[in-house]
Amino acid sequence: MASKYSNITFQGFRRENGRVGVRNHVLILPVDDISNAACEAVANNVKGTLAIPHAYGRLQFGEDLDLHFRTIIGTGANPNVHSVVVIGIEPGWTKRIADGIRKTGKEVAEFSIEQNGDFETIRRASWAAKDFVHKATEVQREECSINELWVSTKCGESDTTTGLGSCPTVGNMYDKLLPEGITGFFGETSEITGAEHICQKRAINEEVGERWYKMWKAYQDDVIFAHQTDDLSDSQPTKGNIEGGLTTIEEKALGNLEKIGRTSQFIDILEPAEQPGSGNGLYFMDSSSAAAECVTLMAAGGAVIHTFPTGQGNVVGNPIVPVIKITANPRTVRTMSEHVDVDVSGILRREQTIDEAGDALIEMIRRTANGRNTAAEALGHREFSMTKLYRSA
Amino acid sequence: MAEIPHLLVHEHADNVGVVVVEGLTAGTDMLVCVTHDNSTFRLTSGADVPIGHKIALKDFSEGDTAIKYGEDIGKIIADIPKGAHVHVHNCKTKRW
Repeated sequence: MASKYSNITFQGFRRENGRVGVRNHVLILPVDDISNAACEAVANNVKGTLAIPHAYGRLQFGEDLDLHFRTIIGTGANPNVHSVVVIGIEPGWTKRIADGIRKTGKEVAEFSIEQNGDFETIRRASWAAKDFVHKATEVQREECSINELWVSTKCGESDTTTGLGSCPTVGNMYDKLLPEGITGFFGETSEITGAEHICQKRAINEEVGERWYKMWKAYQDDVIFAHQTDDLSDSQPTKGNIEGGLTTIEEKALGNLEKIGRTSQFIDILEPAEQPGSGNGLYFMDSSSAAAECVTLMAAGGAVIHTFPTGQGNVVGNPIVPVIKITANPRTVRTMSEHVDVDVSGILRREQTIDEAGDALIEMIRRTANGRNTAAEALGHREFSMTKLYRSA
Repeated sequence: MAEIPHLLVHEHADNVGVVVVEGLTAGTDMLVCVTHDNSTFRLTSGADVPIGHKIALKDFSEGDTAIKYGEDIGKIIADIPKGAHVHVHNCKTKRW
């Protein structure tokens, strides 16, 4: 059924594989930590490119290595990226990552440092990067429909106002836009603890709900209980959460879950950084609750816009995905307004309804998709944090 | 609503509410709003409570359950008079 949200369009970048991006980055992507310097040198040589240095990529193995590849390839494959220069220390893993990104149809150039050195690698990679920048800057935005958007969410520095205002605002957006065919992501496995009985019921059917519960339980057993100190109280709730008035993990989880609204149901479960394969709809991604890690994983999964409710004022951003900050906390609006894209503190004063706040967020999503820089983009927040499952060899 | 509420409560079943104004002092005649249906009542604050922190809507005894969102959010670990501050010093998860 057509609603007032059905006809929303935006100006996006249509990619070779049919996906739509809202940014047009030329990435200089290191395979491993020791290639960061060469990538940063290329990005310094060629304006309009973006290097994404990170801490890992050597001597990882098994599931942890799979996640590394999935995250790096997914980042390059994201539709907010026009083209990619990949640099690694040796050609094997470099090619594996370049070929993974090439499956999207976008242009990728790969370089390895051994037997070339940084100077020769940087020289060659700079030529490729310059060529990509010329091409990227000639690509025009075109009209795209709302159902082509992939929008993720994760909240941070939560307090009691996130459960009252900013999380229900995101939930209202999903309740309105998921029926229009957008693809959504939520996650934060540890932060569902305390509301797992409610989250399981939000699965589209029992089978998905049971798989979800198994995933959550495995996290509890393998991660929390295996490394338990006295309890989770020093990290969940966090010191910032407690300062903001959140007392228990249950209280935090119930507020967190407000992000999927009243009617939205999730249709499938994703591994960290996994791309959805079950069509349009809402997905739960098994992910850390640490802001930069979670946004990085969801961006690697293909989200092009991230909605981020905050209470006490988490300032996180992402190199390739615009992060829209929403807060209902009037003190945060007063003291940290440069970080706030959508102020919904009117909800606490009962001057604004959740429905009105949801519409305000949808409008900000549309403007961000059209190219408006978010607060995090304007302030240069480009946190790219890889999730590491266990020690390297 | 002409007057801005001091305290918001999610559901009628809840026994704690959230301070939503800065600088709330003890003895304030608070306007309390239940967001579920925007119904209101009044309650006197028993302490200076920071924005975002919770206030007891009833007298609690040790062992009681704190209810918010209509759900169990933890156990009360000390007697708390109506109007007082509820936080980590007198409320804890039942999980650990």
